[in-house]
Amino acid sequence: MTRHKHMAQRADQSRQGFRYGWMALCLLWVAGPLYLPAYYLTIANHIGMVALVALGLVLMTGVAGLTSFGQAAFVGLGAYVSAVLSTAYGHSPWLGLLAVVLVTISVAFALGAITLRLSGHYLPLGTIAWGLSLYFLFGNLEILGGHTGLSSIPPIEVFGYGLKSAGSIYYLIWVVLFLAIVLSDNLLRSREGRAIRALKGGVIVAESMGVNTARSKMIVFLLAALYAGISGWIYAHYQRFVNPSPFSLHIGIEYLFMAVLGGATQVWGALLGAGLVTLLKEWLQDLLPRLLGSSGNFETIIFGLFLVLLLQHAPNGLWPHVERLFRRSSLKSQKIDSIQPSINTNHIDLSAPALPKRLRQSGAGSDYLLEARGLEKRFGGLIANQDISLGLRRSEILALIGPNGAGKSTLFDLLTGVQKLDAGTIYFSGEAIHGRRARDIARLGLSRSFQHVRLLPEMSVLENIALGAHLRGRHGPLRAALHLEREEERALMNEARNQATRVGLSDVMHVPAGSLALGQQRTLEIARALAGDPLAILLDEPAAGLRFGEKQKLADLLRALRADGLAILLVEHDMTFVMNLADRVVVMEHGVVIAQGEPARIQQDPRVIEAYLGVDLS
Amino acid sequence: MNLDIVLLLAQDGLTNGAIYALLALALVMVFAVTRVIFVPQGEFVAFGALTLASFQGNKLPGTLWLLLLAGSICFLMDWRYQQGLGKGMARRLRWSLMWQVLFPLGLALLVFFLQSSPLGLAKLPLWVQIILALLVVVPLGPMIYRLAFQPMAQAPILVLLIVSVAVHLVLVGIALVFFGAEGSRTPPFSEGGFALGSVPVQAQTLWVLGTSLLFMIALGLFFERSLFGKALRATAVNQTGARLMGIAPVFAGRLVFLLAALMGTYSGMLIGPITTIYYDTGFLIGLKGFVGAIIAGLASYPLAVGGALLVGLLEAYSSFWASSFKEVIVFALIIPVLLWRSLRHQDLDDEA
Repeated sequence: MTRHKHMAQRADQSRQGFRYGWMALCLLWVAGPLYLPAYYLTIANHIGMVALVALGLVLMTGVAGLTSFGQAAFVGLGAYVSAVLSTAYGHSPWLGLLAVVLVTISVAFALGAITLRLSGHYLPLGTIAWGLSLYFLFGNLEILGGHTGLSSIPPIEVFGYGLKSAGSIYYLIWVVLFLAIVLSDNLLRSREGRAIRALKGGVIVAESMGVNTARSKMIVFLLAALYAGISGWIYAHYQRFVNPSPFSLHIGIEYLFMAVLGGATQVWGALLGAGLVTLLKEWLQDLLPRLLGSSGNFETIIFGLFLVLLLQHAPNGLWPHVERLFRRSSLKSQKIDSIQPSINTNHIDLSAPALPKRLRQSGAGSDYLLEARGLEKRFGGLIANQDISLGLRRSEILALIGPNGAGKSTLFDLLTGVQKLDAGTIYFSGEAIHGRRARDIARLGLSRSFQHVRLLPEMSVLENIALGAHLRGRHGPLRAALHLEREEERALMNEARNQATRVGLSDVMHVPAGSLALGQQRTLEIARALAGDPLAILLDEPAAGLRFGEKQKLADLLRALRADGLAILLVEHDMTFVMNLADRVVVMEHGVVIAQGEPARIQQDPRVIEAYLGVDLS
Repeated sequence: MNLDIVLLLAQDGLTNGAIYALLALALVMVFAVTRVIFVPQGEFVAFGALTLASFQGNKLPGTLWLLLLAGSICFLMDWRYQQGLGKGMARRLRWSLMWQVLFPLGLALLVFFLQSSPLGLAKLPLWVQIILALLVVVPLGPMIYRLAFQPMAQAPILVLLIVSVAVHLVLVGIALVFFGAEGSRTPPFSEGGFALGSVPVQAQTLWVLGTSLLFMIALGLFFERSLFGKALRATAVNQTGARLMGIAPVFAGRLVFLLAALMGTYSGMLIGPITTIYYDTGFLIGLKGFVGAIIAGLASYPLAVGGALLVGLLEAYSSFWASSFKEVIVFALIIPVLLWRSLRHQDLDDEA
């Protein structure tokens, strides 16, 4: 305990030091236009504008795992919309801003609706295509001035004062940027943010936890487009002139470079990346022609080489390294800096009223809670599941056993809607769930774990569990960004802590899930399933990789859950574990059920013995 | 618009489409085997045409220096890598030295000698110049694989795509340094032409259609019949499985990059007499091959050819009706294609 106290004290001290550091930085920032020479002021403004675009890409690429090469086109969209409104129609730039928001959001929505549902590489390829299309469109539309562009754009006015000078627009740019950073950071530290961060672990887990992944992708995509559009709006009224060249695909690639360089998992990485790239570019453009003589795009060569080397040697960008330097200097001789989750959950206030629970029918009914009839799944010529029928009652542990390749995990995927079934019906608490989406099935109270552990390794244990409670919150991204949903967030985290305690992970709540031993990770998956307040849970090999003592604890936990009325379907290979625990056993082989019944009877069944031992004993 | 114009535009469209088809095939092939979306494919088009143009002007092409430099770095990387592996690797290292250092050196000497000989490079028969240019540019393909992609072959598709775009940036920058901002045209493989009805047909058009068809047939035979081709297909289906069968993924990667570079470079020489090639033209040409490949879902070879021909035709007709929106129309074609794919896409699936 004393060590903990000591650590807390040290942390307090360092936080205080941090606060002074922050205050000094703020002063330096506010006084910027007073001491910065005009050249550096212009650069600072430029950094602020591109950092806003890079921030959107950090959210998309680093956090959500979506990549866009076409952000420059959104910047152009914002710049041109407001430029045309204020030059050709004489409207105020502020009305222009409103139009920019509406237009970027609608265009991004249309493009996102088409490309976001496609997996993997189609989105970035699509962004290359529309990035080019919009660029050529800018250059060829007469109303946009063609390749010469539009000039004499009015400046933005604040209370009748035109932001004409670099020193005055400086404040607008940086206030907008800091607001965007804070709002984005808030969003990431919320239920919606967890859903967005879960996208990086693939859509299967997220959907199984009830996340509407298409919606989460759209949220982050729209946000990134909006940031780009606003950056373009400022750019147009600051430069007072627009032409297509700063919105080309190559600039779009540069924005992505900033996000990757800075460290695409942290919002502050955007600022770091934007600053480094901008300064480096200025410097290289100045230095290289002097060194190498003739003019050329030497800086693109250097950038390209740098990007390749970076991705080969530091795929997470530079921010994590910078952060580690900070930590090391402020918390010397402590080991806790070695592994940190992407978002620290240490300081979260967990005192909150419990989340409401779903209504349950009382008593262990005699009828089935989950009932499957005649399920069939084919992969080409292979029949993975054929005519599978089984039922699961409340307060029952049903074990599903069978040799490897018998089709058990496929059956789990069919029951939870991860894969579409080819034939058959499934009813869960009175409702037909066959053909329904994974997240709708999760909403009804059917939770699951995965055979190959699917956690978000960079998130803390607590946050991984909280993802399982996704459907028990309701506040949207806007309230999350403004942190108006803190009550609900505390309740979710409180629930996550309770589940962590229930499964015995309370000691490791704040460490990244990826740093746990495999057995603990499996236990974490159970806690995540429980956080959804399920009526039934499906556990795929929960005891694999556990030591004997841990297995006993797991068995005790499952018995306690059963006593609470939970229905448990479990795939497991450890026969002692299964036979001591299960009420009934279903045996599968080659995609069909070969036996069903009480453990004692199953152990005597000649077909089961043959399936396992490969000999005919009859 | 009369029938003659329709036919003339169709001829244009098919000619360009055939070139896009070659590029689309290369893209599908590279993606299937290495999961790399090979954005720099277009740079090989420019390198091919501009290297040939350098020979025409009796100049040493900058790509020769690039070959020497890239080869030496590859060799150094191989050397450093193999040091950790102990003995038995000497054969591979000799091979590496042979092809990545000695071959470029010999080639450079040959080109230099030819240039300073009284005849000069420009007076050589065109087919000799073409072969020389291929020898200079094509080996860059496997070298790029060695330098950029082989060290991170297991990375997710998205990361490989970003690397690919970065390599594209580097090559475009290098192309500007080597060849300057002025465009070049290369001579057609043979002069003249004939009239098909009232529509004139250039000899180069026949060269394009004929040789790209030959290329496709050769590729088909290679993949269906030869052991190398089968090994590549196996790698495309299952890397780990292929590896267990003794097919080295590194070998497969270098081989497809060699083929892709060959197809790209040759495409550049095909298209050089038809349009002026600038240092950055290749990117747009390559991207049009891309649109074809995406229509095919980066998976089907025949569909990729069909898609690329469609792109060529669409480009030809839209340049007639709305020439300044030609590029907009071609790249916007990808949107309905993606929409169609998106609507067909139902299951949840994760991919690396």
